[in-house]
Amino acid sequence: MTTSATQGALTSVPALLARNAAEFGHATAYREKEFGIWQSWTWADVQDEVRAIAMGFLALGMNRGDHVAIIGRNRPALYWSMVAAQSVGAVPVPLYQDAVAEEMAYVLGHCGARFAICGDQEQVDKVIDVQETVTSIEQIVYLDKRGMRKYDHSRMNWLMDVQAEGRAGHQRFEAEVAARTAELGWDSTCVMLYTSGTTGKPKGVVLSNRNIVETAKASCAFDRLSRNEEILAYLPMAWVGDFIFSIGQAYWAGFCTNCPESPATMMTDLREIGPTYFFAPPRVFETMLTQVMIRMEDAGRAKKRMFDRYMAHARKVGGRILDGKPVSAADRLQYRLGEVLVYGPLKNTLGLSRIRVAYTAGEAIGPEIFDFFRSLGINLKQLYGQTEASVFITQQPDGEVRSDTVGVPSPGVEVRIGETGEVYYRSPGTFVEYYKNPESTASTKDSEGWVATGDAGFFEPGTGHLRIIDRAKDVGKMADGRLFAPKYVENKLKFYPNILEAVVFGNGRNRCVAFINIDLTAVGNWAERNNIAYSSYQELAGHPRVLETIQKHVEEVNASVAQDAILSGCQIHRFLVLHKELDADDGEMTRTRKVRRNIIGEKFADLIEGLYGGAASVYTETAVSYEDGRKGVLKATLELRDAKVFDTSAAQRVAAE
Amino acid sequence: MLDNHEGHVTADGRQIGGVVMELKNITLRFGGVEAIKNISFDIRKGEIRAIIGPNGAGKSSMLNVISGFYNPQEGDVIYKGYKRPRMRPYQVARMGIARTFQNIALFEGMSVLDNIMTGRMNLMKTGFLSQALWWGRAAREEAEHREKVEKVIDFLEIQAIRKTPVARLPYGLKKRVELARALAAEPQILLLDEPMAGMNVEEKEDMSRFILDVNDEFGTTIVLIEHDMGVVMDLSDRVVVMDYGKKIGDGTPAEVRSNQAVIDAYLGVAHE
Repeated sequence: MTTSATQGALTSVPALLARNAAEFGHATAYREKEFGIWQSWTWADVQDEVRAIAMGFLALGMNRGDHVAIIGRNRPALYWSMVAAQSVGAVPVPLYQDAVAEEMAYVLGHCGARFAICGDQEQVDKVIDVQETVTSIEQIVYLDKRGMRKYDHSRMNWLMDVQAEGRAGHQRFEAEVAARTAELGWDSTCVMLYTSGTTGKPKGVVLSNRNIVETAKASCAFDRLSRNEEILAYLPMAWVGDFIFSIGQAYWAGFCTNCPESPATMMTDLREIGPTYFFAPPRVFETMLTQVMIRMEDAGRAKKRMFDRYMAHARKVGGRILDGKPVSAADRLQYRLGEVLVYGPLKNTLGLSRIRVAYTAGEAIGPEIFDFFRSLGINLKQLYGQTEASVFITQQPDGEVRSDTVGVPSPGVEVRIGETGEVYYRSPGTFVEYYKNPESTASTKDSEGWVATGDAGFFEPGTGHLRIIDRAKDVGKMADGRLFAPKYVENKLKFYPNILEAVVFGNGRNRCVAFINIDLTAVGNWAERNNIAYSSYQELAGHPRVLETIQKHVEEVNASVAQDAILSGCQIHRFLVLHKELDADDGEMTRTRKVRRNIIGEKFADLIEGLYGGAASVYTETAVSYEDGRKGVLKATLELRDAKVFDTSAAQRVAAE
Repeated sequence: MLDNHEGHVTADGRQIGGVVMELKNITLRFGGVEAIKNISFDIRKGEIRAIIGPNGAGKSSMLNVISGFYNPQEGDVIYKGYKRPRMRPYQVARMGIARTFQNIALFEGMSVLDNIMTGRMNLMKTGFLSQALWWGRAAREEAEHREKVEKVIDFLEIQAIRKTPVARLPYGLKKRVELARALAAEPQILLLDEPMAGMNVEEKEDMSRFILDVNDEFGTTIVLIEHDMGVVMDLSDRVVVMDYGKKIGDGTPAEVRSNQAVIDAYLGVAHE
């Protein structure tokens, strides 16, 4: 009876915190590197800190249902502020800290936030800017005191002062906090997260305690996550994944969340912490691999040969050993030797020595990158998810991992494919609603709770694994009726280290064309090794030898696309290398770095016309915003190139025979 | 004009105190060359004081006089109310004056952290032997100094390069490390010799912000030499203008800007 009572009460994050503090209060809950040393807090400490913040919030007049914006990089005190807000019945709304003031204004205005908890002066400045148009913000609380002395503090407080105020008034506030925390149940709102939105304005996704706690419970069981895990919290707090990993799963399983010292020290901190459970978008793994390869290029001959030799062996058997498939004793022995000489030290350098479970999601990951990490013995898996699903829709079980599928439905999730090929799901994690947007809620979630993902995909016969082709709305038809799936081709292009982004156009046209963004790290390093001088991104991007390299990549992709009978129409006939990196600040990408196809299409309409018109070069001027908010204009003359396309009939004949 | 003895509060809320250093009729000669000709000005506690002028005007020499590296043939340096005797630079440093150099002067082979630690040399009390053996008080003392250094590292946002050898850093970051080393000495007066020379716009903006933050957060008095007029006019409370070793202007940025002698020196007039 007592057990079921405790179990029954675990219906909110503050309740999980109370349980953790009571059952293993001495265990480390958070670490943050400050002044060069990892500082730690136990679950009991955290409970005390959260309670103090919650009481301080009451002192500031926070009401039930108030929206509390949280803006800053991953820091323990900001996570505590979220839980403290929940404890007094308010709703935390984490925002992307790199959002510019206008973007922030929309979200803050839409949710009518009364409180804004800011990491530092930079965020406070943005909120003050926003206050000119959004009048709902009454109180600003900041965490880092630096530079804040001169500000008008009539409606602004240092978080430590808020806590002190709360502690001082504990006799007045304690009972109220306890009462409001006790009111929280399955259906009270746990968090509201704004989706970045590849089209239109961001939407506020309301997730209940049921969504978060049930999802955390099921996903912890799936990968057997325990109290002993260590994670590094470095992804944006506004992203649903971070909320699930650093709050949902961390509080459910009771593991430790580590916060980096600064965004720039992430790789060092990763090595020092050695997480056991790790999540990263493909981009992070790509960067790691690129850096390893660059450094190996510069390494001595003996080291390079040893690396090449053992990596070749790892590619052959590493993945199989990880999957528990049969491998000969000789190969196993050689792999062991490689572990001592190459894989072990390499994993240690990358900070991945202790990884038990690692996930990548958000975008397709290149098979080479995926296999590289798996062959080292790192259990890297893929999952497919959405904010609206509290992340998990499908994920790969241990031993069934492949780079081209996204796995089987997560525990408790039902998935079906609609008539148009769109993927639908229904789960305990399915969101409550879009805040103040019943039309969108209705068009996304039907009366039976099925949610349209907007992605087209299919279940692979035999394995039951889901494969995603593209965004359903991006899949189109070429003028001659052949299927157009830009993402499919773009992903193939992006698997080349030299290519950072690619945007393919061709919907309703008779041929496809592409914009390419070079990867400055990889191409810059190549330029250095080949004594090619350049003074800017633009100059490097326009260098004839760079264009030749990219052309070769495009043609290889065309050859590969030609193999696929259905998608062979998507071969790229002409392409150009863009003179600027696609950037979220210019609205060309979302904050989670997904390309906004339509906006790019409109912005660079002159270039697209050039590509279709057959011009050899086009002069263009592009407006750009710099990091400090100033605007400027980039002028460039771009070279447009033809790429070789491949006859599909040969490939098709082979397939037909 | 500013009153010479009492403090005041600037428009942005900073506390400017009384005169902390006064330079009286300074003349500095190198053989027959007069680098500084009979210059007088004062520095107030908590202000940002700029020294500007065309190339060869004697700005760096002036900074070297303040730091005690050069001893002027004529004139007095009055520091905190007392005439400063002839001193060696390290003695001046012990009196709370730290500096950065026009040409970066860091230990290239040492890490950023070690370089900044050298800034605290003058504040360490344990002897050479016990430091070498790292025993007892020396170990404790190092931990205390390390803590101060870490605060500076945090302040200047150079955590990511803490362990990097200085030789591998780009120019802009080396400049920042130099500032960090000077700050680690917890100076009352910080002398910056062209802190922004050779920097791009973004690096300049970062450096400007750090200078303002240092002044604001620690109340450090700052004397800087700078060529970028925009930076000088934005940062400084008062400006001394030098030309050919002489002082041709002294006052707030606005006053200096409208000073005919200054305009002539910068735009150039025929010298007879």
